[in-house]
Amino acid sequence: MADGIFQLEPRAEGVTVIWMDDTSASVNTLKEEMIAEFDELISALEQDTENRTLVFASAKPGNFIVGANLDMIRRIERAEAARALAETAQAMHDRIEKLRPVTVAAIHGPCLGGGLEFALAFDARVASTDPATRLGLPEVQLGLLPAGGGTQRLPARIGTAAALEAILTGRRWSAERAYRAGLVDEAVPRELLIKAAIRCAGDIHKGRSRRRWGTRFQRFGNWLLSGNALGRKLLFDQAARRTFVKTRGNYPAAEKIIEVIRTGLEQGTSQGLAAEAAAFGDLVVSPESRQLVNIFFATNSLKNENGIDDPGIKPAAVKKVGVLGAGLMGAGIAYATIDRAQIPVRLKDKDRAGLGRGLAYINKLLSARLGRRSLTPLQREHILARVTPTTDYSGFENCTVVIEAVYENLELKQQMLREVENTGGQAPIFASNTSAIPIGNIADAGGHPERVIGMHYFSPVEKMPLLEVVVTDNTAPWVVATCVALGRKQGKTVIVVHDGPGFFTTRTLGPYMSEAAHLLSEGVAIDRVDEALLNFGFAIGPMALLDEVGIDVGNKVARTLFEAFGDRMKPVDSMQGLVDDQRLGKKNKKGLYLYGHTSKSRPRKADSTVYELLNVEPNNMMAHGVIAERCVLQLVNEAAHCLGEGILKSSRDGDIGAVFGLGFPPFLGGPFRYLDACGCAAIRARLEALAEQYGERFTPAPVIKQDKKFYN
Amino acid sequence: MADYPKLNADGTKSDPGGRRVAIVAGVRTPFTKQGTALAPLPARDLGKVVVSELLQRTGLDPGNIEQVVYGQVIPAPMAPNIAREVVLGAGLPASVDAYSVSRACATSYQTTANLAESIMYGGISCGISGGAESASDVPITLSKPLAWALLQASKTRGLGRRLAAFKKVRMGDIVPEPPALREPSSDYSMGEAAEKMARENGINRGSQDEFAHRSHVNAGKNWAEGFFEGQVMCVFVPEEYQAACNDNLVRPDSNLEKYARLKPVFDRRYGTVTAGNSSPLTDGASALLLMREDRARAEGLAPLGFIKSYAFAAIDPNWQMLMGPSFATPVALDRAGLTLADMDVIDMHEAFAAQVLSNTQAFESSRFAREKLNRSHPIGTIDWERFNISGGSISLGHPFAATGARQILQTLKELKRRNGQWGLCTACAAGGLGAAMVLESS
Repeated sequence: MADGIFQLEPRAEGVTVIWMDDTSASVNTLKEEMIAEFDELISALEQDTENRTLVFASAKPGNFIVGANLDMIRRIERAEAARALAETAQAMHDRIEKLRPVTVAAIHGPCLGGGLEFALAFDARVASTDPATRLGLPEVQLGLLPAGGGTQRLPARIGTAAALEAILTGRRWSAERAYRAGLVDEAVPRELLIKAAIRCAGDIHKGRSRRRWGTRFQRFGNWLLSGNALGRKLLFDQAARRTFVKTRGNYPAAEKIIEVIRTGLEQGTSQGLAAEAAAFGDLVVSPESRQLVNIFFATNSLKNENGIDDPGIKPAAVKKVGVLGAGLMGAGIAYATIDRAQIPVRLKDKDRAGLGRGLAYINKLLSARLGRRSLTPLQREHILARVTPTTDYSGFENCTVVIEAVYENLELKQQMLREVENTGGQAPIFASNTSAIPIGNIADAGGHPERVIGMHYFSPVEKMPLLEVVVTDNTAPWVVATCVALGRKQGKTVIVVHDGPGFFTTRTLGPYMSEAAHLLSEGVAIDRVDEALLNFGFAIGPMALLDEVGIDVGNKVARTLFEAFGDRMKPVDSMQGLVDDQRLGKKNKKGLYLYGHTSKSRPRKADSTVYELLNVEPNNMMAHGVIAERCVLQLVNEAAHCLGEGILKSSRDGDIGAVFGLGFPPFLGGPFRYLDACGCAAIRARLEALAEQYGERFTPAPVIKQDKKFYN
Repeated sequence: MADYPKLNADGTKSDPGGRRVAIVAGVRTPFTKQGTALAPLPARDLGKVVVSELLQRTGLDPGNIEQVVYGQVIPAPMAPNIAREVVLGAGLPASVDAYSVSRACATSYQTTANLAESIMYGGISCGISGGAESASDVPITLSKPLAWALLQASKTRGLGRRLAAFKKVRMGDIVPEPPALREPSSDYSMGEAAEKMARENGINRGSQDEFAHRSHVNAGKNWAEGFFEGQVMCVFVPEEYQAACNDNLVRPDSNLEKYARLKPVFDRRYGTVTAGNSSPLTDGASALLLMREDRARAEGLAPLGFIKSYAFAAIDPNWQMLMGPSFATPVALDRAGLTLADMDVIDMHEAFAAQVLSNTQAFESSRFAREKLNRSHPIGTIDWERFNISGGSISLGHPFAATGARQILQTLKELKRRNGQWGLCTACAAGGLGAAMVLESS
């Protein structure tokens, strides 16, 4: 085994440390090819009579085991094969659990998915307090479930309710958090990891009880909820109900997780394991999981690109970022920059009070993390010190990038560009956070079009994962590379699109929202429209979204798109009527929904005076499927236009942009994956039928008429 | 100009071309009344925001800063080395050296002088000096017997023994002691010293009030004219992040008659020193960027001015504690090879109107020169058109450690405005100390 993935290092009398190192990759993952080696190792350990203590650790400097190898999962074609793989992992973990010596997993770096399931088979776990250490079972995020016994062992370790939550959300825990939950027995500084693991085994030898999760009171609570039939019914029914509210049945993995944990609890572990393996088999080949895995790979491939065709172009080092405008967007961009990217920000607003509100907003975001214990007061202070406020352009001379987030107005943005170019020193990169104004039009006002670019963030910036970088014909390649790198440092998934009215995201969202407005003016009830799209898989309905972004903003974007694309994008007249009625949405608490005293548990009610205003009789007659189809096909068709016109460089960018920027259902993989799944011909037929009925806005895009496949 | 004979480590002097100590930039927070706008910020936080803003305004990469010398007068038990706190909290690299200085009201004269000396010596070529003070954040101390009992109790076990430690604590010991503006080495508090000087030098109430009134009128006028823009930054005070942008002690509508109505504070019967003609307890911070001249030019930065000379003096605090300016000024002028008449702008720290007027009287007095300074001629005649013309510590406020750098910055800006060449800043300080600095406009 000398040149295999495992190295055995005898430490003291009866103590051996097993080091894992998959030398073929930078991280340890679990692969099918390793099964033989694992089997050999475990067999040897089963025969072993000398060792009393076995410590398992990773020889990689930065990771334990990051999970099962996803390429392997992706290659599995049949459910039976996936099920067999799960059963193999389960059997291996079983054998580890039964080993005679005391076994301890010493965890530093990510220990996720299959890696954590592996560690759960040990008698104890010791983790390093290093920030790189993360423990969790994130399978659900890929439409899967833990299939190496995780659904059975985690509830046993940390209690059923906590395990349900952890597996259903896929949350990753720090070592301290995992220690509090009882998942690890000790959390120590990295340097002490092996020492602590050996000592931990020693304690177990001496009969000292291992750390048990929770207080006596919490364990009693766990018994109340899962130790008896009545409590179990309550717990699982509740979990199922809550899950359904979120998934609306679109994510089978969540339901299976609840089912499998319940089976194990009610019928014993062996039944639970069998159910786990069977469920895994079904899920691996499910279209939902396939699409989620596709997104995962697409996101990863984006991370390795610099945003331009020439991979040799290197981004410039960003020493300081200037942000113009301290509103929600500006403050959000500043926050992402000082926090994730750790780059100093000079935040400018012409208005002192506005500047103060922006700083207070950033402070509020950080303080919330303080409350969640994911930040110390000192860390907050250091992060906050990176942003300095100003009402003039002092401190802008040495900004590498200036991002403007002022009001959506071409003249104002042009003025910002001219002012920034005149602050002295070398002109910085000027990035506009406009959501619809063509970047080229802004660049016209300045003297350095090669340094003008769009960085379109989504609101709220601290939550929304997408950044759409918008490039004109004049933008210099190094400028693109710099902004892509900056966005990635800010923690964003970055797509690069070509300049044009509404770029990609706003342009595709426009017709989708517009169709919802059409439906409303035809008399379809506000909440019915939203309900239909929530069922389809969107995280928020178009009507609620319109209230969020502001009806006036939506109307303005719609008019911009109409001017650019003509009758195809003709907005509904009713929108203007709503704006004229001073119905702006959430910001003035008067929109499509009612504002005022609301509770979290009950959804908002639609504002029925809207119907009077639009002079329609609301009804609930139209089928959800019909509503969703009309809206979604508008979005899909416009995405196809963007690809055909070269706004998008690839279908992959379009899918990522739609999923992360527009909330397109992830389990459908994005508009182009959706086209592939349904078939272009079928979509074209539907579009043509709708065009017959509702007019030219449904005319299929040329790309769809080509009847092609977007992915191989 | 061969001003600075640079002393090499081996004691030889080298050619000082382009090696003058330049003050490249400066900024201060607004000076605000104790317990008002800046009250939530401890001195170290005031120092952080002002140093951070200074760097932003110069556009200098923080990596260029080699040393921060910073000061604070009211002791902060939680943060004994404020300079280091400022470095680590203002976004400067951790590799920037830092130490703290305390010289009462002349603290930021000393931080600036120390930095200048390090630059002249050649140890460094770029650093930040200044000081911060929060009169709103003062350490309240326990009485000695109570502190001792608490210490003893913490060292023993068992409730009985712990309680026993408090046996000797009396009722009166429980009251915490607020800090007083006095020192163990002197019989007089600051105010009492000012009162004594007014008495012995014959400075009457009317002239004190008039001087204070003049200070407020000057400050108010200059705020209105925008003179302080560019010197004073806005501080956004957490958690509300309300902007504090202006000195809030200045009374632009100062009315001389109202001064007469105030009661004396330190000698209620015969005294002349009132809240109106004294500097108030103030929160605030200031910072200066110092560089060797050639280094500044290499970085493309235009200096505001240069440090020509400086001097410190010390006298018996039980005589006239706040006469330091009259002792330090002639030495600094001599070192510069200049006279008081050469000074286009003079800023004397206004601890009390009585102290300023005692000093100006001494400046002009042949007898004072002869008896106290052992000089045949007086220091010089005060030209009131050049003396404290844009407001001083009485009207602008006096955050102890921040005042010196405030004076230096304000004087350099005033020189620029008047197209003058030479400026003098001088201050008295507790313990009978004095400081004076001669500045040259660029």
